[in-house]
Amino acid sequence: MDTADAPPLAGPAPARGGSLHRFANPGRFLRLSGRVLPWLSAASLLVLAVGVAWGLFFSPPDWQQGETVRLLYIHVPMAWLSMGGYVGLAIGSVFALVWRHPLADLACRELSPVGALVTALCLATGSLWGKPMWGTWWVWDARLTSVLVLFFLWLGHAALVRAFDDQERGARMGAILALIGAVNVPVVKFSVDWWNTLHQPASVTRINAPGLHVDILYPLLVCALGFTLAFAALVLARVRAAVMERRIRTLQLAAARRAESPAMQAAARGVEG
Amino acid sequence: MKAWLALLARELRLALRHPGDSLAAVLFFVLVAALFPFGIGPAPEALARLAPGALLAAALLAALLPLERMFGADAEDGTLDQLLLSGLGPSAVAAAKAAAHWLTTGLPLLLATPVAAAMLNLPVPAWPAAMAALGMAAGFLSLLGTAGAALTLGARRGGVLLPLLVLPLAIPAVIFGAAGIEAAAAGLSPAPYLLLLGALLAAALPLAPLAAGAALRVE
Repeated sequence: MDTADAPPLAGPAPARGGSLHRFANPGRFLRLSGRVLPWLSAASLLVLAVGVAWGLFFSPPDWQQGETVRLLYIHVPMAWLSMGGYVGLAIGSVFALVWRHPLADLACRELSPVGALVTALCLATGSLWGKPMWGTWWVWDARLTSVLVLFFLWLGHAALVRAFDDQERGARMGAILALIGAVNVPVVKFSVDWWNTLHQPASVTRINAPGLHVDILYPLLVCALGFTLAFAALVLARVRAAVMERRIRTLQLAAARRAESPAMQAAARGVEG
Repeated sequence: MKAWLALLARELRLALRHPGDSLAAVLFFVLVAALFPFGIGPAPEALARLAPGALLAAALLAALLPLERMFGADAEDGTLDQLLLSGLGPSAVAAAKAAAHWLTTGLPLLLATPVAAAMLNLPVPAWPAAMAALGMAAGFLSLLGTAGAALTLGARRGGVLLPLLVLPLAIPAVIFGAAGIEAAAAGLSPAPYLLLLGALLAAALPLAPLAAGAALRVE
């Protein structure tokens, strides 16, 4: 019997992936992200230009910290992004593990180097700020230690995902590691409340009112928005590059196979004849 | 449960036939502890001040040594596939491996603790606290390390990657363990710190084998 006109098996038709897997199609993803990316990059550059200029040149110095307060326009957005990015990594890992979404694998793979960079910048700017303010580059305070652990988790994820010859296996292992490491995120967030150590507690997201004057708060929020847009643009560009790299590799493999097969056939004929 | 115990017994029998592996970890632990007096000078007060942290760091490094081969040999000769087909869940296999690692590495380290503690001039009243802290910290590392070993199974440079993944997560165990020993050395109660360490262990006990099992299932 021809399989083409075989009667359908009993039972409901298998579920179509639905909206979740619409963007798993790499062609559709490339088209859509290609349209979004220029706007995203332009918006991030614009917002960053405004925010950085406002923060670094036009906002007043702090009455206690003086000009050093300007480091925080970089430090605080980097700290938020390092944690928010990790939450994003954990969510992406759930998508990769539960629904086996191929794009989530790629997004997690390309997210971790950017996340590591952001966390490194957070630690570096914090250290530069700490020397004049606290009188030390580094203290083993709960917040600093947990952010350092976060940095190692980002690096470990980036290294683990790339350590396997089988990319899919690497992606799955990385997703499991990301979920293990997610226990550290609440520790980072609440470390300043649980342990009363040197790093100050949250001053922007207080329940009643932010602990910052608007002259400092507004440029900080603009900087945070700008860096978030830039983070998203960087990750999106990396994912696009990864999709294209994969495509190029597949094309090259196909070309190599095509070039090889006539030669192989000739060789086989030579052996037989 | 019977199959699980059989698996644990197999791991222990294998370890008994190669006692050198456990012995090497213990010797490594004692040697690292012996390096500190040369590094910072033999002044007893300085050593006693440093002893809690040095003991924990040395024990965790020693316990890392056998992790690299935890699943490697079984994966190469196909035993791991057999185990995963045996009806035991992958998490149960991982839990048996973790228990065997603690019994063959953590327990010998515990027995060697008084030797290392004496070398580092830790006051004798703090020795029970040191042994309790090291036992629990080694258990925590066995659990985390099983997850790390399952994750890096088949990776290039897996042996280098494993400590990079496991040690940052083991920092809380070092903090609470060392604080407990320090409290006992100062004549205070180590109980609060040891209870926190026990809480870490209790959280890792179900979670780490779950993660390790998920990683083992990826084939």
